[in-house]
Amino acid sequence: MSVRTAIVRRAVDIAALLAEVKDTANGATVAFLGQVREVNDGRAVAGIEYSAYGEMAERELAAIASECAATFGTTHLVVEHRLGALDLGETSIAIVVAHPHRAAAYDASRFVIEEVKRRLPVWKREGYLDGTSEWVNAGGATQERPVQEQQS
Amino acid sequence: MTVTALLFASYAEALGSDRVELTLAGDSTVRDVVERLRAMPGGASLPATPLVAVNLTYAGADQRVESGDEVAIIPPVAGG
Repeated sequence: MSVRTAIVRRAVDIAALLAEVKDTANGATVAFLGQVREVNDGRAVAGIEYSAYGEMAERELAAIASECAATFGTTHLVVEHRLGALDLGETSIAIVVAHPHRAAAYDASRFVIEEVKRRLPVWKREGYLDGTSEWVNAGGATQERPVQEQQS
Repeated sequence: MTVTALLFASYAEALGSDRVELTLAGDSTVRDVVERLRAMPGGASLPATPLVAVNLTYAGADQRVESGDEVAIIPPVAGG
């Protein structure tokens, strides 16, 4: 059993995460990396500053991982979400899941990223090549309250 | 009673602060906290029913708040 989540302020070391989930019980390992893209909504991006409600983000990411373990039987899962200033191409989130079978590994990976997008209290301020910057999603509709596992 | 409102990202910029102490009546709810913040300078840009977490757990507008609670007003999230 190896389930770990973290909010970090340093570069993600994908090789270390792959090593962390390595186990001969598993026939499949899926690694998802979210990276800073050079264009968003038609604007040339220079970089992204990620910030968070740190204490809640840590709890929420851990809750997502335990829900993932309960739903997909995942025993080897590591998720790191990075905060701070990221350049183009840098990894903002890494989700590495290993499982005896590929279908569950893919499903578990997808589950984690979709839940992160829906409920992790993290924000990004996108900087553009023209020198301006904007909060991503800030003008969006008010979100519905995410369904959340009660924590004791 | 007093609660601590936490503001993040675009909401913190709008109100010019990331932390506001509010003194409220004893039977106040999340909705009351939001209304107080919206009445402050810059607060008009907060939606009437934003996402809110009380003591690190997402909460509805009708949830009662207690003295000492940490009430976080959560802008639309953009993780990943």
